[in-house]
Amino acid sequence: MNAPLSTRQLLPQIDHSHLDWLEEEAIFILRETAAAFERPALLFSGGKDSCVVLRLAEKAFKRRNSADRFEGRLPFPLLHVDTGHNFPEVIEFRDRRVAEMGERLVVGHLDDSIARGTVRLADPLESRNGHQTVALLEAIETNRFDVLIGGARRDEEKARAKERIFSHRDSFGQWLPKEQRPELWTLFNTRIRPGEHMRAFPISNWTELDVWLYIERERIPLPSLYYTHAREVVRRKGLLVPVTPVTPVRPGEAIERVDVRFRTVGDMTCTCPVESDAVDAAEVVAETLQVTISERGATRMDDRTSDSSMERRKKEGYF
Amino acid sequence: MSTTLAERPAPSRTPTLPPAAPDRRALRFLTAGSVDDGKSTLIGRLLFDSRAILADQLDTLQARAGDAPIDLSLLTDGLEAEREQGITIDVAYRYFATRKRKFIIADAPGHEQYTRNMVTAAAGSDAAVVLVDITKLDLRTRPVALLPQTRRHTLLAQLLRVPGIVFAINKLDAVDDPAAAYVAVRDALETFAQQAGIEVAGIVPVSALRGDNVTRPLDVAWYRRPSLLQLLESLPAASEPASDALSMPVQYVARQARDDTAAADGGIGDQRRTIWGRIASGRVAPGDAVEVFPSGERAVVADVLLAGGAVDDAAAGQSVGLMLDRQLDVSRGDWITTPGSTRPTQRFEATLAWLDTEPAVVGRRYQVRHGNRWVQARIAAIESRLDIRTLASTSADSLAVNEIGKVVVETQQPLPLAPYSSNRVAGALIVVDPTTHRTSGALLVSD
Repeated sequence: MNAPLSTRQLLPQIDHSHLDWLEEEAIFILRETAAAFERPALLFSGGKDSCVVLRLAEKAFKRRNSADRFEGRLPFPLLHVDTGHNFPEVIEFRDRRVAEMGERLVVGHLDDSIARGTVRLADPLESRNGHQTVALLEAIETNRFDVLIGGARRDEEKARAKERIFSHRDSFGQWLPKEQRPELWTLFNTRIRPGEHMRAFPISNWTELDVWLYIERERIPLPSLYYTHAREVVRRKGLLVPVTPVTPVRPGEAIERVDVRFRTVGDMTCTCPVESDAVDAAEVVAETLQVTISERGATRMDDRTSDSSMERRKKEGYF
Repeated sequence: MSTTLAERPAPSRTPTLPPAAPDRRALRFLTAGSVDDGKSTLIGRLLFDSRAILADQLDTLQARAGDAPIDLSLLTDGLEAEREQGITIDVAYRYFATRKRKFIIADAPGHEQYTRNMVTAAAGSDAAVVLVDITKLDLRTRPVALLPQTRRHTLLAQLLRVPGIVFAINKLDAVDDPAAAYVAVRDALETFAQQAGIEVAGIVPVSALRGDNVTRPLDVAWYRRPSLLQLLESLPAASEPASDALSMPVQYVARQARDDTAAADGGIGDQRRTIWGRIASGRVAPGDAVEVFPSGERAVVADVLLAGGAVDDAAAGQSVGLMLDRQLDVSRGDWITTPGSTRPTQRFEATLAWLDTEPAVVGRRYQVRHGNRWVQARIAAIESRLDIRTLASTSADSLAVNEIGKVVVETQQPLPLAPYSSNRVAGALIVVDPTTHRTSGALLVSD
């Protein structure tokens, strides 16, 4: 197993001033994106990483007034791909935040893609996570976005560890890992041809812990399900699977009511919570420091299928 | 823990960040080594000992290892093709932190055909850890002959001015007399570094496999210096000079009406513009006179902003927003400088690292990016090719992928260049193929 965790490694003794450095880098990338492209959009799902990117965008493009509120507008709209299987708390949060900030939100609905016939489900309750790609690419095409700003981090998964900060997508939205452009200094190669687009990842160099530290420091609002709450779950393959209309109980499974929080928030069919009594970001930080399961492994059913599942989905144009 | 987020006091804002204090920043370092040098194992060891590897990732490794010991090198092979071939193809970024510092590892593949990735990893790095596999060296001869790739990786790191070059002599567990072997290889490395004019930050014996002297210091008579991790914790992050004249490439010009300034402007009605950019050298403060390149127009700085609010002063490495005392025509790609400090040029000598499978073509028009400006450029002449094993220049009239040479470049517009040796921002350019849009080369402006 891992080297033993010394108690000295816990929260109060750690110097977190590297957050300033990460913030500076992310803001630099956001301004670069707004300046180098014609039609950017910021992917905003209500998930914690996108909430962090949104705060960084406010810092990059708005000014804080004397009441400590941000003034001005972002130079791009927000984009969300709604699988139709999102947690209602998250959609409510998304809409409330967008209204509070006075920003424009573009929503691409997977249900529209299903209605158009561009997405066909083999089973009405199957995970819609992989199918998001189609709706995402359709939203890009419809709105002629040439760059999407995302909250992906390189520490999330092995395929992501190789991704550039400005990551090129061909006209089919595909990522070609072997064709990646060398990325030298901060001289980003932002050149694309018509029909192609770019993904920009301002928090590439952040870890899950950095994200939580920043949420705590900046007091970034998050959907309630990121903090402890009682939820009906069943235990399945070592995961806590939330009981929802799209993830019903299977025969022989017993429903339990458990205090949980979500570490990632995605499609209801593939996102699982972990047991936790963390009531706020500081307590999540403390838990994150002691955690022994990586973020995606604990919570994402879709990444457990094989060692390469994320890489395959990314090549097809996934986030 | 009972207060809600909204009830907490706002985090205190430092009015001015101290200029580029090294401790505040993460250390980016690249690891260079050949296929079997144990580089992946070393990285695995750093992640493992700093607890950056989590239980499910270990499960995956355990499942693949079967009854054999866990292979830490598998942690870094991210792409399917890499696992199939047992090699690393692309630069991978890895993260770990100690109590003192956050680290970003740029893991550069070591085989010759992927030198472009090594250049990519080196370009943004504060330090380089060059792995030396002691089992591949003939320890019976004196001086010990180093492997060509050790020289190549080191010279590439030197060429890209990676400030802290560290040699990790690996696999000490596999030699009979580690003390004598270490001393012999250290002497060879020191001689090589001296000949190449490289200032070495450290020569550290390690066993990545066993973990000796990676995170746990060695306790032996022949080595009483810091472990690899202790050394990395102490290295400064790269920074550009804050003492030189101000130069700032304009990244983004924001046009935002501000209610409070509309009245102060005397009702002129124009929108105050904020000129954002990361300072490449020098400092800036309200009241400073500045000049815009290329227009030559001058103004006085009225306000300096960092993310969120106004500050009294900012220095190289920080992204600032400048508000000037008058409306000037400034756009992305321009430079804000101390008046009279730039020496624009349209023809210059540079080192070119060629990264594209299509060779460099003399006379062909490429797009180059300098700072935030794209201009057309052509290679007027290829003067020589650098033999990366010996550092000797040989005459050449072409440069193919992974080759490095001296070239003369002509640009369609003048650029405010500085030697790469004095400034990594004003002295660097990328070359982009106008047809494929691939990043074809990296240019480092000569002294």
